[in-house]
Amino acid sequence: MKLVAEIAKTHLLSKPKQTIVAMMGVTFGIGMFIAMVSLMTGLNNFTEELTMTSSPDIHIYNDVTEGRPSIIEQVNTNGINVIHHQKPKNETSKVRNALQIAELIRKDPRVKGVAPSISSQVFYNYGPVQLSGNILGVDILEEDKLFGLRAKMKAGRIEDLKANHDGLIMGKGLARKLNINVGDRVVMTTPQGYTMTLKVVGIFQMGIGTVDNVRSYANISTVQTILQQDHFYITDINIKLHDINLAKGFAPLLSDMYGYKSEDWETANATFLTGSIIRNILTYSVSITLLIVAGFGIYNILNMTIYNKMKDIAILKAMGFAGKDVKLIFMIQSLVIGFIGSVLGLMIGFGLSSLIAQAPFDGGDFISIDRLPVNFDPKYYIIGIVFGVLTTAFAGYMPSRKASKIDPIEILRGQ
Amino acid sequence: MEQVLKTHKVTKYFYEPEKFQVLKEIDLSVNRGEFLSLVGKSGCGKSTLMYVLSTMDTDYEGELEIAGERLTDRDQNQLAAFRNQHIGFVFQFHYLLPEFTVLQNVMIPALKLAKYSKREIEDRAYEKLKMLGIQEQALKQSSKLSGGQQQRVAIARALINDPDIIMGDEPTGNLDTYNTHLVFEIFQELTHKYHQTIIAVTHDDEFAKKSDRIVEMSDGRIVKH
Ligand SMILES: Nc1ncnc2c1ncn2[C@@H]1O[C@H](COP(=O)(O)OP(=O)(O)O)[C@@H](O)[C@H]1O
Ligand SMILES: [Mg+2]
Repeated sequence: MKLVAEIAKTHLLSKPKQTIVAMMGVTFGIGMFIAMVSLMTGLNNFTEELTMTSSPDIHIYNDVTEGRPSIIEQVNTNGINVIHHQKPKNETSKVRNALQIAELIRKDPRVKGVAPSISSQVFYNYGPVQLSGNILGVDILEEDKLFGLRAKMKAGRIEDLKANHDGLIMGKGLARKLNINVGDRVVMTTPQGYTMTLKVVGIFQMGIGTVDNVRSYANISTVQTILQQDHFYITDINIKLHDINLAKGFAPLLSDMYGYKSEDWETANATFLTGSIIRNILTYSVSITLLIVAGFGIYNILNMTIYNKMKDIAILKAMGFAGKDVKLIFMIQSLVIGFIGSVLGLMIGFGLSSLIAQAPFDGGDFISIDRLPVNFDPKYYIIGIVFGVLTTAFAGYMPSRKASKIDPIEILRGQ
Repeated sequence: MEQVLKTHKVTKYFYEPEKFQVLKEIDLSVNRGEFLSLVGKSGCGKSTLMYVLSTMDTDYEGELEIAGERLTDRDQNQLAAFRNQHIGFVFQFHYLLPEFTVLQNVMIPALKLAKYSKREIEDRAYEKLKMLGIQEQALKQSSKLSGGQQQRVAIARALINDPDIIMGDEPTGNLDTYNTHLVFEIFQELTHKYHQTIIAVTHDDEFAKKSDRIVEMSDGRIVKH
């Protein structure tokens, strides 16, 4: 075994250029894999984290647009009914007994926090311009418990909202569009035409454009007033669980129990998750392609080496090396190329990732970042090296087997 | 006299390009310490017989026995191990491993056998090189040596595991008269002084005449011995 390794080493060292070229193929493949996977998973994790913290694990609301059985179908159950383009019933988005429901849900041990709230579309008036957005009526302290709002405040404090009956905490993007600072007043109009002036007491930034550019928080009673509704008017119940992975199973139970639409985090963010999956597919397919190319390189070089070393192989066999020894000599060569190439690849990948992590990057309105988020999870480095060594083992196997099958007589007689 | 090698009715056919009997019921026995020359016209089957005797060719009928072991029907791995320990080769074209030094070339079969420690193997390799008068070349790259020197290294390599037989297929076929003479003297010394058994195919009548025994082949048969 030691002898076989020694011979493999001598072969590799006697053709340094060839060895280095073969290694570089692997290095390039693995380096790119690490750089790409670090950036892609970094972005995925970052946005996932943002979305996860800024949206509830389970969201219960009254979906008035949901398809309902028509009256004629209820009455004439066995007949042939033709209904065309049925519209939703004229009802409010009110969740009945919302506070009681919230109390009941809060008792469940899986639940970390429950926050009833009201949401409505509004138009923010900016001089003659109307910007559409939405307003959330919340118990700001409850909301903070669920979404860590306090840490997201850019100006003002959340307590200021509690103290100000007509206060408003506004998303940073929206505030910028409306040219608003803390202390300014903003006029808003509901879809029903009711107009109200509120005072901005704070500005928050979640980090995602879809929230920061449209949302404001106000007290529940304020929003009830804007919408001209009673004190029991609640449209949404937001729930955070101790374990987010339970959301998918838990949501349908709540829906069955209380009769309102109950949506888990994954369903609500399906498009975002699809994006993640596509990014992952892209990363792996590019890396696998690069590695396959590197594998072909190794296959070629090993084939050439074996072709050039036919005589040596015949001699080794004549001197008493078995087929498996010869196979091992060449397998060791490809594995050494694969291993060193992969390790270099990991280092290059790490270097590239570090560079990417330092480069300034403007996320624009979409997400608020100034540097690209890069993931340095060692998991991907392990995958990288396993990947690299497996590819080279695979590429080296066939030529090595061919070498082990060489018939020494044919070579010796050929001379 | 102890017999080192024995064949019984070794027969072999080639099927390409057409069926053709290349070896015809060869019965041969070689005594220990004998220096045997195998001669015959080109194409009469000398090399083919050598490959059968060397255990590299297993596609034959009949029986082969070396050092008291019956080798017919053994598998390739067992035969490789057997060659390593019991047979030394000297080829016409030297066939050293070019990337290795002379010393490494000589040591490799012994390292493979792993009967001695590396230290001892190195000492033994030096000893063999000295016996063949090329110890000064030990640390040179083997491809840097002249043809005659390379052939002597090949002989040293063949000797390293103290084999029962050394086999050579025209070991002097590619050498000038001086080196041919030298190799012959070495072979003679090996048999007379160390009781080494040698079978060598040769075209050189001078060479053959000076050996202990001449076996002549013709048309796949042994005609004189
Ligand atoms: N692989 C082979 N296939 C078919 N015929 C072969 C093969 N090798 C050798 N021969 C034939 O077998 C005969 C003996 O060859 P060989 O043993 O090399 O003769 P020698 O060494 O005595 O010159 C020759 O006629 C040669 O053409
Ligand atoms: Mg011949």
